[in-house]
Amino acid sequence: MDGSSVPPEGQSPPAPRNDDRLPDARGRFGAFGGRFVAETLMPLVLDLERAYEIAKADPAFQAELDVWARDYVGRPSPLYFAERLTEHFGGAKIYFKRDELNHTGSHKINNCLGQILLAKRMGKTRIIAETGAGQHGVAAATVAARFGLPCTVFMGATDVERQKPNVFRMKLLGAEVRPVTSGTGTLKDAMNEALRDWVTNVHDTFYIIGTAAGPHPYPMMVRDFQSVIGREARAQMLEREGRLPDAVVACVGGGSNAIGLFHPFLNDTAVKLYGVEAAGHGVETGQHAAALTGGKPGVLHGNRTYLLQDGDGQITDAHSISAGLDYPGVGPEHAWLKDTGRATYLSCTDDDALDAFQLCTRLEGIIPALEPAHALARAGEIARDLGPDGLVLMNMCGRGDKDVFTVADALGAKLA
Amino acid sequence: MTGSPRLAARFAALKAEGRSGLIAYVMAGDPDLAATLPILRAAASAGADVIELGFPFTDPMADGPTIQRAALRSLKAGTTLTAVLDIAAQFRAEDPDTPLILMGYANPIEQMGQDAFAARAGKAGVDGAIVVDLPPEEDFELRAAFAAHQLSLIRLATPTTDENRLRTVLDGVSGFLYYVSLTGVTGVQAVGPEAARAAAQRLKAATDLPVAVGFGVRDPESAAAIARTADAVVVGSAIVDVIAEGPAAEAPQRVAAKVGALAAAIRQARLPSGALR
Repeated sequence: MDGSSVPPEGQSPPAPRNDDRLPDARGRFGAFGGRFVAETLMPLVLDLERAYEIAKADPAFQAELDVWARDYVGRPSPLYFAERLTEHFGGAKIYFKRDELNHTGSHKINNCLGQILLAKRMGKTRIIAETGAGQHGVAAATVAARFGLPCTVFMGATDVERQKPNVFRMKLLGAEVRPVTSGTGTLKDAMNEALRDWVTNVHDTFYIIGTAAGPHPYPMMVRDFQSVIGREARAQMLEREGRLPDAVVACVGGGSNAIGLFHPFLNDTAVKLYGVEAAGHGVETGQHAAALTGGKPGVLHGNRTYLLQDGDGQITDAHSISAGLDYPGVGPEHAWLKDTGRATYLSCTDDDALDAFQLCTRLEGIIPALEPAHALARAGEIARDLGPDGLVLMNMCGRGDKDVFTVADALGAKLA
Repeated sequence: MTGSPRLAARFAALKAEGRSGLIAYVMAGDPDLAATLPILRAAASAGADVIELGFPFTDPMADGPTIQRAALRSLKAGTTLTAVLDIAAQFRAEDPDTPLILMGYANPIEQMGQDAFAARAGKAGVDGAIVVDLPPEEDFELRAAFAAHQLSLIRLATPTTDENRLRTVLDGVSGFLYYVSLTGVTGVQAVGPEAARAAAQRLKAATDLPVAVGFGVRDPESAAAIARTADAVVVGSAIVDVIAEGPAAEAPQRVAAKVGALAAAIRQARLPSGALR
C-alpha cells in the first residue's frame, strides 16, 4: 500500500508524519479546531473521543469497517482515466477517483458507516444527522436502516424544497426528515438544530456529523473515515502510473471529501493539494460560500475555523448553486492547511460549475454532482498549466442525479 | 480566583438577608436598542438582584425558540457587541450596585478580541460574562483577560456534569456557578423543582461559590421552589416572552410586573409558611 514510507532494514524509522501528530490533545490543528460546545455536551464529546480512540486502535473495528466498505459500499472505488476531458483541456492526464459509484451515490457513506459502527459499540440507540444537499442525510438514513436504528435528519427548509428527491429517499429509508425554519433554513441552521436535539437527548443519541467540522473529535474522526479515498487513490495511482500525481484536486464545502483525499498525501510534499470552494455569484459579490477565500477565522459549530461573517462576528449567509457546498464555514484542518501553505484553495462560480457539469456529462458520460463539478472546472486549468507530462487526480465525490432539477432550472429547461 | 467585587457583595448581602436572589435575563436590543435601558431599569427596580444581558448571535446553538427569535429581532435592529457595552455603561451610570453579567456566544467576542472585550466590559461596569460555547477547555484566554479587569467568567454545570467533570468546571471559576437544570435548550421544558433542588444541594456541597439555577424556570411557583435551596434563580425565556407579547413602549411595565412577581415569590420562599401572606 504505502511502499514509499517503509524504511530499509537497519535504518531508523522516519520522523513522525505531520498527519500522525494533528490534531493535538486539545483537538487543535494549530490555532484551529477545538471543542467550543455548551457544557451539557462536553461530557458526551469527551466520551466520544475516548470511544473513538479505543475503536481506532482495535483491529477488529477496522476489520469490520473494511468488510462493510467492501460488501455494502463497493470499495475500493475505481481510479478512472478521464481521457476525453484530458484531450479537451490539452494538458496533464486527468484521473477521477470514482467515489460517486459508492452505494448512495457519494463519499458520504464512508463516514456514516464508520460512525454508526462506533455508535453501536457505544450502545447508542438513536441517530441524528444534519444535511444540506441531502447526500449525507441519505447516507445516514441508509446506515440507520441497515443497523435498525431510528434516525432523524435535520434539513434546512430551503434545502428541503430544492432537494426533493433526496428528502423522499430519506423517508423511504425510514428516517424522519425535520425541516428547519430557524435562521436562513440552510445547512448551518440544520446543524444548529441537530446540536439542540443532541443537547436535549444526550443519553441515547449519537450525532453523525457529515463533514470534517464540528467539535473535536469529529474533524479527526470524519477525516480518518474518509481517508480511505486518498489511501486507495494513492496506491492506485502508483500502480497505474508508477508515480504519484502532481496535483490532487477536490471540492470543499465543509471539506470531508477533500480532507479524505488530501490526508494520505500530506507528507508527499511534491504533490500539490488544491481545494476548490464555491464562489457562487463571485467572491467579490459577497454571495458565495468560499470561507477560506473570502472569510476570516472565528468560532462556529464547535470549532475555530475560517467563517463567512461580518465585522461583529455574526455569521453571514452562504450562497452556492450546490446545496452541499452552501455552508459558511469549513473544516478546521483545511484552515490549518491553508495557513501553513500545504494546500491551495481556489474557487469556482455557479456558472463555471454548470459548464463543467455539462462538459463532463457530454465528454465522459458521467453526470457529476454539482459539488465535484466545481473541482473539475479548476482541475482542467491545473492540468493545462502542468502540461502533458503531468498527472492530476480529482475526487469525483458524488453523482449528479440529485442535481438534474437544479441544473434544468439554471439552464432554463422545463421538466414535466 | 478573584472576580467581580460587586457580584461578591451582592451574593454576600443575599446571604445576610437569608434569601435567594433573582437573576433576570434580557436580550439587549430586543425589540430595539432604545428599549433596552428602560427594561433594565424596570427589572432592577422591580427586584432583580442580578441582571444578565444577552448579546445576540446569529447561531445560538444552546437556545430554544424564544431566545433564538429575540436574537434575530435584536440583530435586525442593528445590535452589535459595542452597542451592548454602551447600554451596559449607561445602566451602570444610573445603578452602581446591581451586578450586570453579559451572556452570549464566543464569536462576537473573538472578533472584538478577548483582551479588548475584557477591557471594554470592565470600563463599562460589567461584572462578568457567560459564554455558552466556551467550556473550561476553551476559556483560558478569556479567563486571563477577565482576571486583569476583575471580571467573573461564569461557568455552567449541567445534569451531565458528574463528580469528575465538576472538578474541571470548578477549577479556576469565580462569581457564581450556574446550574443548567435540564438537558436541553433554554426555555423549552419546565424544570422539576425537586430535581433542581437536589442538584443545587450537590453543587453547594462541592463549592463555596454561590449556586444559581436556571433554564426552564418560568413562573413564581417553580422559582420559589428552587429558591429554597439555590442561592439564586435565573429566569430568561419567560421574561423575553413578556417583552415580545405587546408593544415595545410598554415593555418596561410588563417586565416590571413579571420580575416583581418572581422576586416576591423568591423573597418569600424561605420564610415560615404563612408569613407575609
